[in-house]
Amino acid sequence: MQLAVWTYEGPPHVGAMRVATAMEKLHYVLHAPQGDTYADLLFTMIERRGKRPPVTYTTFEARDLGKDTAQIFQDAAREAVARFNPQAIIVGASCTAELIQDDPAGLSEAMGLPCPVIPLELPSYQRKENWGAAETFYQIVRQLADKSVVRSPREGRPARANILGPTALGFRHRDDLVEIRKILVQLGVEVNLVAPLGATPEDITRIGQADFNIVLYPEIADEAARWLEKTFDQPAVRTIPIGVGATRSFIADVAELAGADPTPALGDTSSRMPWWSRSVDSTYLTSKRVFIFGDATHAVAAARIAREELGFEVCGLGCYSREFAREVRAEAARCGIEALITDDHLAVEDAIAAACPELVLGTQMERHIAKRLGLPCAVISAPVHVQDFPARHSPQMGFEGANVIFDTWVHPLVMGLEEHLLTMFREDFEFSDEAGASHHAAHSPRKAQVDTVSEAPVEDIPAPAPADEPGSLWTAEAERELKKIPFFVRGKARRNTENFAAAEGRRQIDLETLYDAKAHYAR
Amino acid sequence: MSAATLLDGCAAELARPAADTQRPVLRERGQREVFCGLTGIIWLHRKMQDAFFLVVGSRTCAHLLQSAAGVMIFAEPRFATAIMEERDLAGMVDAQDELDRVVNRLLERRPDIRTLFLVGSCPSEVIKLDLAKAAQRLGAVHMPRVRILNYSGSGIETTFTQGEDACLAALVPVMPALPANSAAELLIVGSLPDIVEDQFLRLFAEMGITKVGCLPARNARNLPSVGPNTRYLLAQPFLGDTAMALEGRGAKRIEALFPFGVEGTSDWLRAAANAFGIDKALTEQVIAPGRERARIALSKLRPQLEGKRITFLPDSQLEVPLARYLQDELGMELVEVGTPYLHRAHLARELESFGPGVRISEGQHLERQLDRVRADRPDITVCGLGLANPLEGEGLTTKWAIELVFSPIHGFDQAADLAELFARPLRRRDMLEI
Repeated sequence: MQLAVWTYEGPPHVGAMRVATAMEKLHYVLHAPQGDTYADLLFTMIERRGKRPPVTYTTFEARDLGKDTAQIFQDAAREAVARFNPQAIIVGASCTAELIQDDPAGLSEAMGLPCPVIPLELPSYQRKENWGAAETFYQIVRQLADKSVVRSPREGRPARANILGPTALGFRHRDDLVEIRKILVQLGVEVNLVAPLGATPEDITRIGQADFNIVLYPEIADEAARWLEKTFDQPAVRTIPIGVGATRSFIADVAELAGADPTPALGDTSSRMPWWSRSVDSTYLTSKRVFIFGDATHAVAAARIAREELGFEVCGLGCYSREFAREVRAEAARCGIEALITDDHLAVEDAIAAACPELVLGTQMERHIAKRLGLPCAVISAPVHVQDFPARHSPQMGFEGANVIFDTWVHPLVMGLEEHLLTMFREDFEFSDEAGASHHAAHSPRKAQVDTVSEAPVEDIPAPAPADEPGSLWTAEAERELKKIPFFVRGKARRNTENFAAAEGRRQIDLETLYDAKAHYAR
Repeated sequence: MSAATLLDGCAAELARPAADTQRPVLRERGQREVFCGLTGIIWLHRKMQDAFFLVVGSRTCAHLLQSAAGVMIFAEPRFATAIMEERDLAGMVDAQDELDRVVNRLLERRPDIRTLFLVGSCPSEVIKLDLAKAAQRLGAVHMPRVRILNYSGSGIETTFTQGEDACLAALVPVMPALPANSAAELLIVGSLPDIVEDQFLRLFAEMGITKVGCLPARNARNLPSVGPNTRYLLAQPFLGDTAMALEGRGAKRIEALFPFGVEGTSDWLRAAANAFGIDKALTEQVIAPGRERARIALSKLRPQLEGKRITFLPDSQLEVPLARYLQDELGMELVEVGTPYLHRAHLARELESFGPGVRISEGQHLERQLDRVRADRPDITVCGLGLANPLEGEGLTTKWAIELVFSPIHGFDQAADLAELFARPLRRRDMLEI
C-alpha cells in the first residue's frame, strides 16, 4: 500500500479515455462501478470539451456482484454500439471490474458485434495513466492497421508522415499540433494522419501508408511507433521539438527522412526567442537556479532550454514516470546533478526546498509548492489544470512554442532592467529579487524575510543628515555620492552602509566605506 | 404531528390528497453518471476538524478525490488514500499488516488527528478487506488518543451524499448515551456549514431550546449524546441509514419539511418547537424576522425564475426538497425530478406539493434520460460536472449540482443565495451576446 494525498497520474483506464476521447467514431465500453464516471469531468471541465467523452460505463452495484455483472457489460456494449454506431470499440475494465474478472474481451467477442472490438488489458494495480494511454494506442494501431498496405514509390510524390501522440487532456497538444503541421508544410511533407487526436478507426487502417512517423509524445506514442517501425518499416523522428535547438534538430531530422530542404523551415522569421535571450535585458537570467519537475519529455526539454537557451543553472531535475527515468537521469547527468524520480509530491516538495531555486518549472502540484515557498513558478507539464487550456494559441513546440516558453518562464521573475537597478541593494525588502515581480501579487515577500532583513523599522527616505553636523559619520564627499543613488533605494543604501560601518568598527563613512559596503552586500 | 399544530404556512400543503404518495415513479437502471460516496469526504473533512479520512482503495479513488476536491487538495487536506498495489492483492503481503503500517505512519506524522475514519472503497469491498476488524485492532492500539472508525464510501454501495450517511451512521454507535431520565434534547442531523448551523442554534436558543446537539459535531471527539429522549431533526434528505441507527438508540424523528426556502425552514423550525412544547406565539416571534428577510430577498429573484422549466438529473438526493422549494416559492415549473434514491418516508411531505404533471425518476439510465432532456428542452437542467458543458454545447442551460452540496443553502438567510444559484445561469444566458 502506498499512502497518497495526490497523484501525478490517474489510473490506466483514464489514459485509455484520453485516447478514446481524442479520437472520432471510436467508443469505449468500460466495465466499472458507479462513481468511476467522475473521469468525464476531467474532459468536460478541465479541457472544456463541449462533448461527453465517448465512454459507456457499466456502473454495476454491489447487488449485481456475483449475479449478472457480465450481462450488464454485454447490455451496455450492445446499447452503446446501437446508439453511437462507432467504427470500432475498445473494451476494458477499471480497477474494481478487474477484480471481478468478468473478461470484457471474451464477453464482447462472444457477442458478434458489428464493428471491430479491441480488448484492453490495463493492470490497474501496477500501471498508471500514461502507460494506459500508450498501451491503448498501441492496441488500437496494432489491431486496426491494414497490414496489406503497400506504400507507393517515393518518386514523384511528397513524403508522407504520421504525427503520433497528441491526446485529449494533453499539455498543449492542441497547439503543438498546429506548429508541427506548419513545419511540415514548410518542408513539403504531407500528413498521412494525426493520431490519436482527431483520427477515426478507419484512418488508423491506412497508417502504413506513411513513409515515417513523428513521435511527439513518447509517453503515449513510443510503443505504437516501435511496432510500426517493425511492421511497416517506418522510421521514426524522436526528437521532441521543444526549444529552439530541439526544433532545429527536429526540422533537420524530418528533412532528412523526407529528402527535403530544411532551409525554409529553419529560417522561420517568427522565432524571436534567440534574440530575446541574447538581448541585454536578459543578462540577469544568467545562472538563475531553476528546479524542474514534470513528465519526462517536458522535464528533459525544459532542462535543455534552461541550460542552453536561457543560461539558467539547473539545480534540480526530476520526473514522475519511472518508465522514462533513463532519459531524465541522462539529462540530469549533463546538468551535473542527481535526477529525482518519484511520484510522491512530498518528496518533490522537500527537494525543492533543499535546492533553494529561484524559479520552479513543474506541474500544477509544483505550482502550489512554489506558492507555499514563495518562489516564482511556471507550469511545463501535465497533469493538467483548467489554466493549461488557454483560449489563445499557446504551444510548447516549434519556434512559436519557444517564444511562448520564454514569456511563460521569464515573466514570473523580476524583469531585467528592473532587477538591474535593484541589484546593488538586493536585501531591501521591497526591491529584492526574493520579492518577485511587482505585478505578481502572489509573489509578495514572506513576512519572515521582512523581519530578518529590516532590523530597523523601514522609514521613509530619511533626509541626509548634514555632513558637517557634529556626530555625523558621513563625510561630505560620501554624502554627495549617496545622493547619486536612485531615491527609491537610497534609504536602504544609507542603512546598509551604516550597518556595515558599525560592524566593521569604522568611525567615519567615506567614499571607500560606501563602496566597501556595496561590495559587501553584493552577491 | 397533527395538522392542528401547524400554522398557515404549511396547512395548505397538508390539505392535498394523500393519494399523491402513490404517484408513479419512473425507475431506471443503466449507466449512472454520479459520484460515489467517497466524494462526501471533501466536505466532511472540513466539517470535522479533528478527523482524518483514510480511503483504502485504488489509484482511481485517489484520482477521484483530487479531481472532485479541485484546489482544496493543495491545502494540507485531512484525507488521503492508501493505494492498494499488486502485491497487496496477490497475497504477497497481508493487506491488514500493510494497513497497520500505513496507519501507524500517518498517525505519527499527524499528531493532530483525533478520529480516523478507515473508508472502504469498491476494490476493498470486492476483495472483502475487513475494515471493521482493522478499525477495532488499530483502535485498541491508538485509543484513547485516536478513535478509529470505519465506513464504506464505495461506489458499489453508495451514491455521492450517501457517503455522508454512511459516515454519520458509523458515528452513532460511539455517541455517548443520554440517560433515560434526562430532559429531552434536540439533535440536528446532517452536516451544515458552520455559519448555517450557528444561525439555527441561535434561533433554537431564542425559542428556549438550549440542549441542541449537531451530528456531525465540529469536533468528532465531542459527539452529542443520544438516547430515548433525543428528538432528531434531519437537515439533509439523504440520511436514511443514520436515521435508522439513531432510531436504534431510541431517538425519535421530528417530521418536517427540509429547511430550504422560507416555508421549508419555517416548517422545520416549527416542527422542532412543537416537539419541545414551545409556545406558538414565541415560535412565530422568533422566526418572523428571518421569514421576512427571506421573503424580501426572494421577491427580487422570483421574477427571474417564475415560469421557468427545470429538470433535475439524479445527483445528491437534494433534488426533491429543492424542487419543492423552487416550485412553491419561486414559481418554477418542474419537468423532471430525478434522484438517485427516493426515501419515501423522509420525503413524503415534500412530494405532496408536486403537481401531477411532474415526472419523478429514481435511479438512472443516462442515455435515455438525456434523450428526455433533449425532448423536454427545460430552461435549466441541474446536472453533474461531467454533463454540464456537453449540455451547454447543445444549447441547454445548466446548473452544476455539486455547488448545491458545497454552498450554504439551508435556512432563511440562505434562501435567496439558493435561488441565485439557479437564477445566475439563466441571467448569464440572457446577458451574453456572443
